[in-house]
Amino acid sequence: MAQLFSASAWNKIWTFRAVFIQGLGTTALTALFGLLLALAIGIVLGLFATGGLKPLRIIARVYVEVVQNTPLLLQMCFLYYALAFSGFSLGIIRTGILALGIYHGAYVSEVIRAGIEAIPRGQFDAAASQGFGYIQKMYYIILPQSIKIILPPMVNQVVNLIKNTSCLYIVGGADLISATYNFVTGESTGGAYAPAYLVSGLLFFLVCCPLSSLASMWEISLKQRESRTKKTRRHSERMA
Amino acid sequence: MEKSEDSMMIKLENVNKYFGDLHVLKDVNLEVKEGEKLVIIGPSGSGKSTTVRCMNYLETPTSGHVYLDGEELTHKNKTRLVRDTTSMVFQQFNLYPHMTVLKNLTLAPIKLHHKSKKEAEELAYHYLDVVGLTDKAHVYPDTLSGGQQQRIAIARALCTQTKIILFDEPTSALDPETIQEVLDVMIKLAHEENITMVVVTHEMGFARQVADRVIFMADGQILEEAPPEEFFDHPQNERVQQFLGKIIRK
Repeated sequence: MAQLFSASAWNKIWTFRAVFIQGLGTTALTALFGLLLALAIGIVLGLFATGGLKPLRIIARVYVEVVQNTPLLLQMCFLYYALAFSGFSLGIIRTGILALGIYHGAYVSEVIRAGIEAIPRGQFDAAASQGFGYIQKMYYIILPQSIKIILPPMVNQVVNLIKNTSCLYIVGGADLISATYNFVTGESTGGAYAPAYLVSGLLFFLVCCPLSSLASMWEISLKQRESRTKKTRRHSERMA
Repeated sequence: MEKSEDSMMIKLENVNKYFGDLHVLKDVNLEVKEGEKLVIIGPSGSGKSTTVRCMNYLETPTSGHVYLDGEELTHKNKTRLVRDTTSMVFQQFNLYPHMTVLKNLTLAPIKLHHKSKKEAEELAYHYLDVVGLTDKAHVYPDTLSGGQQQRIAIARALCTQTKIILFDEPTSALDPETIQEVLDVMIKLAHEENITMVVVTHEMGFARQVADRVIFMADGQILEEAPPEEFFDHPQNERVQQFLGKIIRK
C-alpha cells in the first residue's frame, strides 16, 4: 500500500508514460480491427442463423458453439503458436485481431440473431408481400427495427472486446495489459505495481465508460421516443 | 375486358399444403378473373388464410401449381412476380413502425418500382385521399387507431398499383366501431377500381354487397362456390347452411 503514496513510484510512471500510451494505442488498434472483423463475421452468421437455408443455419450454429465453448486464450495460442509451427506466422497484432474477431464474432452473431428474431413475423410477411428480396427486406425493414434491441448487448461486446485485448499477453503482445506487466516487472522500470495498474485500469475505464454511457443514453432516448408516440396516440384517441 | 379461360388473373391447380402432418389444403382448385371480387369465408382453421397466402408465396404449396396473370409462380420468380402482380392487406396491418405513413407508402414504389420520390409521394397522397387520411402522412403508424392503420395499409397496397390485392381477414383485429370505416374503403375500391380482390373475411354484409362470387372453405377444401345472392339465400351444402345459420343467429 505504501507504494500508492510513494512519489518516486508515481514519478517513474510519469517518466515512462510513453509505455502506457503505446500500450493503449496497440490495444485500441487491435480492438478496432478486431471489432470490424467481429461485426463482419457476426452480421453474416446472424443472417445465416435467421435465414431460410438449413445448411447455413447449421454452419452458424456450429461456429457459435465451437467458439463460445472454448477459451479465447486457447484460440489465441492456437492461432499464434500452432500456426507459427506449421509455417504460417501471423505476427502478434494480426493474431490478436483475428482471434478477437473470431471470438467476438460468435457473440455478435448471437446478438444479431436475437435482434432479428424479436421482429414480428408480420414484418417479414409485409416485406415479402410487397416483393422485397432478402437483402432489401433486411436492409430497409428488419434491421432498422432490430437496432434498438441489438444495440445495448452489442456495446457490451465492444467493451468486452477491448478488455479482452489483454489476452494478447499470452503471445507476448504489446497491448496495454502486457505493457503494464512488462513495465512493473522490468529490470530498469520495475516495482511501481500499484500506481502502474491503477493508471492502466484508469485508461481502460476512460475508453470503455464513455462507450457504455453513450449506449445507455441512446437506449433511453429510443425508449423515450417510443413512449412519446404512445402518449400522442392516447391523446389522439381521446380527441377522436 | 374479357380474358380467355387460361389467362385467369389467379389460378390454383391441385394445391396441397401440409404443416408437418397436418393437411391444411386438400387439392384446392380455384380461378379468379381479372377485376373479380372474390370473397372466401369459412370457419377458422379451414385453410382460407393459407389459400390466399399461397397466392403470393408467403406459403409454399407442398404440391400443385399457382399461376398469377398467366405465369406460374415458382421459388425462382416469386420475388419479381409477386412484386409485379400482387399486394396484401393483413389482419395485423403490418405497417413498418419505424417509418412515417408517407415512407410506408413510398418505400416499395421508390425501391422496387423505380418511381422518383416526387412521383411516389404524389401517388401516396392520391391514395391517402382515397382512404381519407391525407392529414396523417407525417405521423408514425403507432400513433394511429387500428382502423386508421388498416386504411393506411390499404393505401400502401394501392401504391404499388398491382392488379391483385389480397385481403387476409382485414377487419378481424379491429374494434367493432372501426370495422365499418375499413369496410367502407374496401367497398369504395370494389366499385371504383378495376382491381382483382380476394378477401378472406367474416363480414357477411360486405360479402353480399361487393362479391362477384363467394367461396366457402372447410377442412382445407372448397365446399361451395356461388354468386352472393345464391350463396346466402340458397346454399346447397349442408355445412354452409349450418355455418350461415350460426353467423346469422349471432
